[in-house]
Amino acid sequence: MIKQTLGAAALAAAVFALPAQAVEFNAVQADKTQIAFTYKQMNVPVDGKFRTSAASIAFDPAKPQAARASLEIDLASIDAGSQEANDEVASKLWFNTKAFPKATFVSNSVKALGNNRFEVTGKLSIKGKTLDATAPFTFKQEGTNGVFDGAFVLKRADYAIGEGMWADFGTVANEIQIKFHVVAAAAAAAKK
Amino acid sequence: MNHSTDRYSSTAKALHWLMALGLFGALGVGFYMTGLPLSPQKLQIYSWHKWAGVSLFLLVLLRFAWRLGHRPPAPVPMPAWQRLAAEGVHHLLYLLMFAIPLTGWLMSSAKGFQTVYFGVLPIPDLIGKDPDLGNLLKTVHVSLNFLLLALVAAHAGAALKHHFLDRDATLRRMLPGRS
Ligand code: HEM
Ligand code: HEM
Repeated sequence: MIKQTLGAAALAAAVFALPAQAVEFNAVQADKTQIAFTYKQMNVPVDGKFRTSAASIAFDPAKPQAARASLEIDLASIDAGSQEANDEVASKLWFNTKAFPKATFVSNSVKALGNNRFEVTGKLSIKGKTLDATAPFTFKQEGTNGVFDGAFVLKRADYAIGEGMWADFGTVANEIQIKFHVVAAAAAAAKK
Repeated sequence: MNHSTDRYSSTAKALHWLMALGLFGALGVGFYMTGLPLSPQKLQIYSWHKWAGVSLFLLVLLRFAWRLGHRPPAPVPMPAWQRLAAEGVHHLLYLLMFAIPLTGWLMSSAKGFQTVYFGVLPIPDLIGKDPDLGNLLKTVHVSLNFLLLALVAAHAGAALKHHFLDRDATLRRMLPGRS
């Protein structure tokens, strides 16, 4: 009995002694989260974005290796710079949005690079193809929110985004710069 | 028979006809390209149109700067109203040669498509992306082009009238060649 009480007290002490940053950011704020991209046509940089994306994240800066992230992007929400472009990229040659309405990313691992910089590796699926993807990102705590900012280059040909007459990179470049900005509020780890 | 000062100088002639050719080219391409379905070719033609337009803008800057230091030859004798009309049209044509490329540039910026001259030299966007403003500027760009067409028709019509009906030197002194 005494032993048990002692054990519970020790456990409680251990729990309360946990450093303050042992906080998990896992309540994604959809309205503040955005996937933006920049593509080049005729060497002209054009900005675009996806308006909606469903995301779930569990990230504790003290334990990055335990972090998980998955993102779902509603491709129909694309803003590719103009209405004409939006209609075009929904077509079969680009995203074939009817057959493949969503792009998904599921993380495999996160590692710390130091200085609030991290790197996430995972599986990126677009248009029925799944490939490994890696992106560095930074983490910042703003009040009770965790802010993740990262960027990577996606080669559109890897996913057959832009086939047929668009396959050539002379007009629309292969490299698409992707930027993600994810905001997740902290929730007590115990309440998971 | 005529003094050489009664004719446009070869620089004035070269600039006039080069610009006329370029303007007809940009105009024709402009009207042609907008109806095309979206394709890599369409994007290429749009870029070429913008590059040609910027080139014409540079050319009119050059032409105007040169013109400030060089008076045209004394007018061919003609009724005062005709000379006034001709001069008025010339002024408007100069104005349009500036205004059309400028509105094209601003429209492109407002539509969110920067102009990168020949794919290498980015030309700054003076205004940010604003689709409504972009559509308005497109209407202005197109309207000014129709105005240009109408004025050039009057301008060339008058030149031909002087040449074939009045049989004076108006057109001849702007044509390439020596007499
Ligand atoms: C003197 C030079 C120029 C001429 C004569 C010219 C003429 C034209 C004409 C006739 C059109 C077709 C309008 C229509 O029917 O819809 C057009 C469209 C257009 N022009 Fe120009 N233009 C000139 C310069 C420029 C410049 C410098 C730019 C941009 C840097 C530009 C950008 C455009 C664009 C983007 C369109 C297509 C508008 C659209 O479809 O939304 N133009 N131009
Ligand atoms: C886009 C087409 C054209 C533009 C913008 C244009 C513009 C001009 C301008 C600004 C001048 C005055 C030059 C100066 O004094 O600085 C001029 C003169 C002249 N242009 Fe054009 N022009 C065009 C096409 C033509 C065509 C097609 C013809 C003939 C059929 C023509 C015949 C002449 C003649 C004869 C003069 C001399 C007029 C005089 O001596 O008073 N132009 N043009």
